[in-house]
Amino acid sequence: MSAAGSSSRPILEIRNLSISFLSDGSEKTAVNNVSLDVFEGETVALVGESGSGKSTTAAAVNQLLAENGRITSGEVFFEGRNLIGVGERELVKVRGAGIGLVPQDPSSNLNPVIRIGDQISEVLVAHGRARGRLAKAHAVELLEMVGITDAARRYRQYPHEFSGGMQQRVLIAIGLACRPKLLIADEPTSALDVTVQRTVLDQLEELTRQMGTSVLLITHNLALAAERADRILVMKQGEIVESGKTAEILQNPQHEYTRQLLAAAPSLTSESTTRESLTVRDRVTGGVNEESVELAESLVTVQNLTKVFPTRGTGLRAGPLFTAVDSIGFTIPRGQTVSLVGESGSGKSTTENLILGLEKATHGTIELEGVDLAKLSRRELFGFRRRVQPVFQNPYASLDPRFTIENTILEPFRVHKIESPARRREAVLTLLDQVALPSAVATRLPHELSGGQRQRVAIARALALSPDLVVLDEAVSALDVLVQAQILELLATLQYELGLSYLFISHDLAVVRMISHSLHVMQNGRIVESGTPEQIFGNPQAAYTRELLDAIPGASVATG
Amino acid sequence: MLDTTTPVKKSGVGRAFRRARFLIPATVIGLLALISLFPAPFASLFGNGDPRQCDLINSGKPPVEGHPFGFDIQGCDLYANVIYGANPSITIGIIVTVSALVLACILGLLSGYYGGWFDNILGRITDVFYGFPFMVAAIVILTSIGIRNVATVCITLAIFSWPTMTRVMRSSVMTEKNMEYVKAAKSLGSSDWRILFKHILPNAIAPVIVLSSLSIGGIIAGEAGLTYLGVGLQPPSISWGLQLNTAQNYFNSNPHLLLYPSLFLSATVLAFVLLGDAVRDALDPKLRT
Repeated sequence: MSAAGSSSRPILEIRNLSISFLSDGSEKTAVNNVSLDVFEGETVALVGESGSGKSTTAAAVNQLLAENGRITSGEVFFEGRNLIGVGERELVKVRGAGIGLVPQDPSSNLNPVIRIGDQISEVLVAHGRARGRLAKAHAVELLEMVGITDAARRYRQYPHEFSGGMQQRVLIAIGLACRPKLLIADEPTSALDVTVQRTVLDQLEELTRQMGTSVLLITHNLALAAERADRILVMKQGEIVESGKTAEILQNPQHEYTRQLLAAAPSLTSESTTRESLTVRDRVTGGVNEESVELAESLVTVQNLTKVFPTRGTGLRAGPLFTAVDSIGFTIPRGQTVSLVGESGSGKSTTENLILGLEKATHGTIELEGVDLAKLSRRELFGFRRRVQPVFQNPYASLDPRFTIENTILEPFRVHKIESPARRREAVLTLLDQVALPSAVATRLPHELSGGQRQRVAIARALALSPDLVVLDEAVSALDVLVQAQILELLATLQYELGLSYLFISHDLAVVRMISHSLHVMQNGRIVESGTPEQIFGNPQAAYTRELLDAIPGASVATG
Repeated sequence: MLDTTTPVKKSGVGRAFRRARFLIPATVIGLLALISLFPAPFASLFGNGDPRQCDLINSGKPPVEGHPFGFDIQGCDLYANVIYGANPSITIGIIVTVSALVLACILGLLSGYYGGWFDNILGRITDVFYGFPFMVAAIVILTSIGIRNVATVCITLAIFSWPTMTRVMRSSVMTEKNMEYVKAAKSLGSSDWRILFKHILPNAIAPVIVLSSLSIGGIIAGEAGLTYLGVGLQPPSISWGLQLNTAQNYFNSNPHLLLYPSLFLSATVLAFVLLGDAVRDALDPKLRT
């Protein structure tokens, strides 16, 4: 009826929204005075680091805040109607029907014991759009629409029979089932591999364009937002610090924080962190290998490495063998960074476990300075562990939650029974200093530190025994982009100062490009392409490498 | 031992512990523990503190001055008897729980961490224990041992307490052993012993601690039940179970014989269960801030 308003009035209008959370008996403001508009058919991205309040803002639209959260002031207009203060019964009609939601983690957002199809038709039935056979037919249509082939058979399957990307498509189908006016996509692809991410986002874009649905895209990835959104809003500590057309923000960021984000985001145009440090090191010390930079002495040589796992069979029969790593070979030169890149399931992690000596290879050899790892005795393996140390992906899981930071860093000394207690304590302070943490954190527990600080502690623990090789398993993937940049810089500095070698395992090509001297692309347990970053990024040979490179969000933005 | 005055380091845990929900059962249990350790001063509060000083003339008489709970069927002071009866109940509750907890921790650590044949065999053994009706099996065991004192009752109850705790311990060990900090410790070259006792045990023990503090109450009730059925403690031991056993024949004519021991028993069981609840809240990381 108020048709005149539809073109001028936004679908979603948030005015001066403030949200606070009650914790420890005091209220903390998570979102402060946020205003934003989403017009019909538009995609708006809300970008920020974890804790910036972007997801909270989105949750307030549906009023699905956590129990201790409270909207302290402001208004949320959806199609001109204020949703704040509307009764629960009215809200139920809006959720799903008027405002669709695509949540972040597909593995926890689908009910594992209900068939995929029934989870889609549930939305239709709940909103009275269809029932019985009609709902089923519609759900099959939706499955086809999000690009799932053989939809009628897939309808009857359970979530565990779907891959992560397909599960995310199902969530998109659920979000779009009632043809909502607005779709809130909260980090819809951060749990997915980069190539899958791309196809899923393409699908989402295509569908919302067809339906004329507006999208509020929540993401921490500025490059992804740049590629997909018409407008970008940058959030920091609960406030919107900058907003504008995507192109304007990229070319001419006004706020200091946006500039930092843009600078820190590793992209295909980022400067390499390796070059200078290596040449400087060789010029200054020259002690490790005086002969030449080109033929750096190789620290680790991997040849023909294969790992086969038995899979679970049915009944008494053993299952078929699964080859996780298939005769790969590479070398890690002293003082350099070698990267393994690949998507999940490519065999990177198995390779890592083999090199850390946590699993035994089926075939092939791993040699550390010419000594085969497989031939080491128990005692020698213990000695080997001092020379090869890992840093893991998740800083929240890799530190014992009940150990103080000091105890965590002391652990290597205790295990290897080296140094006197007084010297150990000194060493802890030196290590903390090396990773740029104040000595005061020594007495803290992990949960009192931020993610970046924890990762620094994990690095300090790895360095405690002065290893030759540090295996970095997705060591920066879980961190926010600014913190990520700091940790990468720290790693480069440490390599320069201590002459460390790194084996860097990652799915993030942009980061790999910054940090590596050479890299190997893995797919299905094999190395499909090897070379220096210049070779691989400049002139990729394997089709898979090209696919990976194309899929990086922002690739087109960076070049164009 | 139940100090609430010394400052607790971790503020979140401290806050939870300081809640009234913890304080009330903790006070009751503290009092009961004192009673069971030093019954004499408590028993003589009303002037007649000897549970074995009996006079048949007073058999079954209701409360009079100096004898607030009246007399039992032998003419002994019921109040003194109830006070002395706390000792076996609480001793058995604590000994059984602690020994089952230690056993469960060791078995749970080994089977959860190593898995394999040990885990399989242990799993089947616990299945067997789940298959027995507890009371029937306990009666069979106690009857065949023939000796009925605190030790044999403890052993019998412990035999049926460890399987559930072991299962819980095993599953939390299996969760912890896949954490990255365990992998980091392995790559450092830590021995299995060190990984198990320094890393996994402290992180995996919370659920089984909660379970055991909840089960103390059940064990005390179990002891009373066995004694009531005549296969637990025997006279001249003094225990709430025995007092209830005697009272069953007289509860129509002398209801106070049943009332006072069962009041103490219920209060004790309730206090331990509530304490278990409070401990669960305190150890739950989600409730820590």
